[in-house]
Amino acid sequence: MTDTVLSVRDLRVEFHTRRGVLKAIDGVSFDIAKGEVLGVVGESGAGKSVTGSAVIGLIDPPGRIAGGEILLSGQRIDNLPPEQMRKVRGKRIGMIFQDPLTSLNPLYRISEQLIETITTHTDLSPSQARTRAIELLAEVGIPAPDRRIDSYPHEFSGGMRQRVVIALALCAEPELIIADEPTTALDVSVQAQIITLLKRLGREHGTAIMLVTHDMGVIAETADRVAVMYAGRVAEIGPVHDVVRNPLHPYAEGLMGAIPTLAGEEARLVQIPGSMPRLTRIPPGCAFNPRCGYRFGRCTVDRPDPLPWRGHKVACHLYDPASGPHFLGEGRTLAAAEKHEEATA
Amino acid sequence: MIAYILRSLAQGVLVLLVVAFIAFSMFRFVGDPVANMVGQEASLQDRQELRERLGLERPFPMQFVIFIGNAVQGDFGISYRQARPVSDLMRERLPATLELAMLSALFATVAGVGLGVYAAIRRDGFLANTVMTVSLVGVSLPTFLIGIGLIYIFAVELRWLPSFGRGQTVAIGWWTTGLLTESGLKSLVLPVLTLGFFQLTLIMRLVRSEMLEVMRADFIRFARARGIPERTIEFRHALRNTLIPVVTIAGLQLGSIIAFAIVTETVFQWPGLGSLFVQAVQFADVPVMAAYLVFVATVFVIMNLLVDITYVVLDPRLRGGRTLAK
Repeated sequence: MTDTVLSVRDLRVEFHTRRGVLKAIDGVSFDIAKGEVLGVVGESGAGKSVTGSAVIGLIDPPGRIAGGEILLSGQRIDNLPPEQMRKVRGKRIGMIFQDPLTSLNPLYRISEQLIETITTHTDLSPSQARTRAIELLAEVGIPAPDRRIDSYPHEFSGGMRQRVVIALALCAEPELIIADEPTTALDVSVQAQIITLLKRLGREHGTAIMLVTHDMGVIAETADRVAVMYAGRVAEIGPVHDVVRNPLHPYAEGLMGAIPTLAGEEARLVQIPGSMPRLTRIPPGCAFNPRCGYRFGRCTVDRPDPLPWRGHKVACHLYDPASGPHFLGEGRTLAAAEKHEEATA
Repeated sequence: MIAYILRSLAQGVLVLLVVAFIAFSMFRFVGDPVANMVGQEASLQDRQELRERLGLERPFPMQFVIFIGNAVQGDFGISYRQARPVSDLMRERLPATLELAMLSALFATVAGVGLGVYAAIRRDGFLANTVMTVSLVGVSLPTFLIGIGLIYIFAVELRWLPSFGRGQTVAIGWWTTGLLTESGLKSLVLPVLTLGFFQLTLIMRLVRSEMLEVMRADFIRFARARGIPERTIEFRHALRNTLIPVVTIAGLQLGSIIAFAIVTETVFQWPGLGSLFVQAVQFADVPVMAAYLVFVATVFVIMNLLVDITYVVLDPRLRGGRTLAK
């Protein structure tokens, strides 16, 4: 594919702690194409945010990239020297953080922060940068940008500040934007505005967007494809509507079952029993096997590789022909596997 | 902004009034000043005359009002011991103390902030750790010991610097300065180091821990994600945020440099206000003590006001008055 913006191959991130090596990311692979929005979901600690930090090269010590490759438009960036990586940040990859209230330096006018970023990455003079900054503010929907540009961050509301943060991420027209829980700290009504804005920017500029969130509603509304992460691994990745309606991986099924719907007839939401394993003690085989209702012998021994399946990629032995009678052949779904389990029990 | 400063000013005046009252009350409790001033042979009539001349016959509140009225005009009465106006004594001693204190404050702030930033940026470096260890000594050693130690090394053993006095001074109007002569400058070195060392270590440790705190903030992470160079992040984004809490502590600490140079002045026989005060205490020279007390309070009030103004300069959130977002 020539229009692949981001390509992550078998990425591993480890944190060396006193209690041992913590595998925050363990063999994650995915691609994001130009103009595409990839949603990354999973519970806390699944490795969503660390993946984003790894891509932009901002993993805090003692964490480090232990293996794999990250390619930005075909160029490897995970092994760049720090100074060159700094030039990639902000210029080719923009990042948006969760809390717009704390993302901006409270002591500087937003004009100063915008101009600083623009002049860092382009040859524009400060006055040209100011003109560009006003354009950017207008683009992200800040009213009267030529007046508001000289305001301080505390003079904006939360939603407006997140718009400023997005403008800052857009300063150098990056190829990729990593949005780490961009709407979590905002009111629901403002959330929708920010999501609409992100979608529009991705469409108009062809920017690839990696949207990290635990909010399935946001993913369903925004993303083209979704990657479901569990214990530092990708459990399933596929087109968003497909994954939401017909999740293949038992964990994805559980996750979708836990989404409240207004039209739903079931009174109770389905919980996934148990909790995610500690990252220092991930069980052998499939990381999800202790909580999985479809577990069989192979699951506790072999680690499943992500295999293509009906346009998805699923890391589950149920979709591996080598699993023999447990293999869910064409046309069979998780419900069939359930019956099979009951019959053999 | 103006209202903010006026409010600080009003608070300062209130503090000064309270301190003046305490200072004034000393006249009541530290024995009979007349007994100290006249000889054994003075007649009852002499004593009575002196009493009236000093205004000690008037009722207490009346005396306080007069005391305040005079104090505002810079008149703190007449020293019991030296029989000269207290304001003259203070004025003679003030330049010595202010020069010492200002240089110490400058030394402590510049070196303290510089070393603190360095220790924060090179958190685990060998030099940074050494600086931190030495600073622990500075925080825990008493000032007089540092002074005596410096005298022993640089005055007694190496004979580089004088161990006492101001050296030669030059008079500019009523102000005398030691900054223009070689002996005056040499004499300043040891007292300045002694007086500033504790404040230096304190400011340094404070700057370091605040800076480490700020470097963990989200907006620093976001600045990194924007590709801002690390130096710019440290000195533009982190340092200014670090300074807000540092200014509070440092401001008051610098006030105490000016106000409580007593120990250093005693160790180096520095002819400043501190040694004047020590002598005054020995002789129960109440007018001098009272004036010194009011002086110290004034210094603190002024420092506090400066700190408040610095806040506003540093932090736009305190400025207010501008149009706010809906």
